[in-house]
Amino acid sequence: MTLDSLPWFAVTYAQIALALAAAFATFRILVGPRAEDRVLGLDTLYVTVMLLFFVTGLRLGTPFLFEAALAIAVVGFVSNVALAKFLMRGEVIE
Amino acid sequence: MTVLQGLPLWLALLVALLLVVGSTLTLLGAFGLVRLRSFYDRIHAPTLGTSWGAAAILLASIFTWSWLEGRAVVHELVVGILLMCTTPVTLMLLGRTALHRNRRAGVEGVPRSLKR
Amino acid sequence: MTRLIPHPLVSLALLLLWLLLTRFSLGHLVLGTAIALAAGAAFARLEPATPRIRRIWPLVRLLGIVGLDIIRSNAAVAWLILSGSNARRSGFVEIPLRLKDPSALALLSMILTATPGTAWLEYDPPSGILLLHVFDLKDPEEWMALIRDRYETLLMEAFG
Repeated sequence: MTLDSLPWFAVTYAQIALALAAAFATFRILVGPRAEDRVLGLDTLYVTVMLLFFVTGLRLGTPFLFEAALAIAVVGFVSNVALAKFLMRGEVIE
Repeated sequence: MTVLQGLPLWLALLVALLLVVGSTLTLLGAFGLVRLRSFYDRIHAPTLGTSWGAAAILLASIFTWSWLEGRAVVHELVVGILLMCTTPVTLMLLGRTALHRNRRAGVEGVPRSLKR
Repeated sequence: MTRLIPHPLVSLALLLLWLLLTRFSLGHLVLGTAIALAAGAAFARLEPATPRIRRIWPLVRLLGIVGLDIIRSNAAVAWLILSGSNARRSGFVEIPLRLKDPSALALLSMILTATPGTAWLEYDPPSGILLLHVFDLKDPEEWMALIRDRYETLLMEAFG
């Protein structure tokens, strides 16, 4: 291993670590045990996947994944707030 | 081959370090999500990923694209600020939801309502 | 001035956001300014009260302190998760707050939630009591003192 291939290892490691993190978050979504845990898992999942998009963008050398990551960040936030609100009150818009 | 190979060595090392630190923190946060036992403990776990986990990866992205395009590319900051402002909202709402539902279900060890 | 730009901070932030997402040019500056002003006017209908920042310097100091604290608590929480020691006890703390200003409270909630290890759960406006969940709770008094001296004082200075 030379110093030149170090960035390649870093990017690969980051991708694997983030994929594993996404798998852990998915585990929490599937297992629960309560509804709050599932929403928390979803929250973690969307942040992780968004970061994975950035790392993949670095690997592929395309800047276009940024827009996708931004969309995930916005939509993920809105959906999680709606879910949390629903759990608390039983309806989204009061 | 990645675009990172086009960077000078010092910058490539910095970006590699940031990527490793950021992804490790995010992974640890998600690991905590699986491992910790109570919900109120688990609510702390994702903040690892949303604070320095995200910040390190966004910084790596900013440095790389700024170098490659020869100008300051800082639109990753938008995502960073968005995360900074939105994660507290989600976590606060989730925490209150959990309290509310636990109190209604009469779970032991949950503090009573602050409204007296 | 105040009628045309009811929320100068919101408008300025939106304009900066617009310029960050596009390449800087005169056309984008004009378009971004127009959108930011319109959005500021629309926001004034929803939220008429503007936050009043008395002094900016305490906020800058706060930013530095919080940045350091986030790094430190990141390391602490990461280590606690990894080591998984049974000695760690988490728990709830009730903290009486002196802050009343809504924007200062919002800022404090962001700081506490963004810092791994503390989670803002509930706040009761009439009594000013905050319910906090702490990941590694050794001494509740210590946390009360930390929040009072480290964050709240600076926020009181900034928002008056």
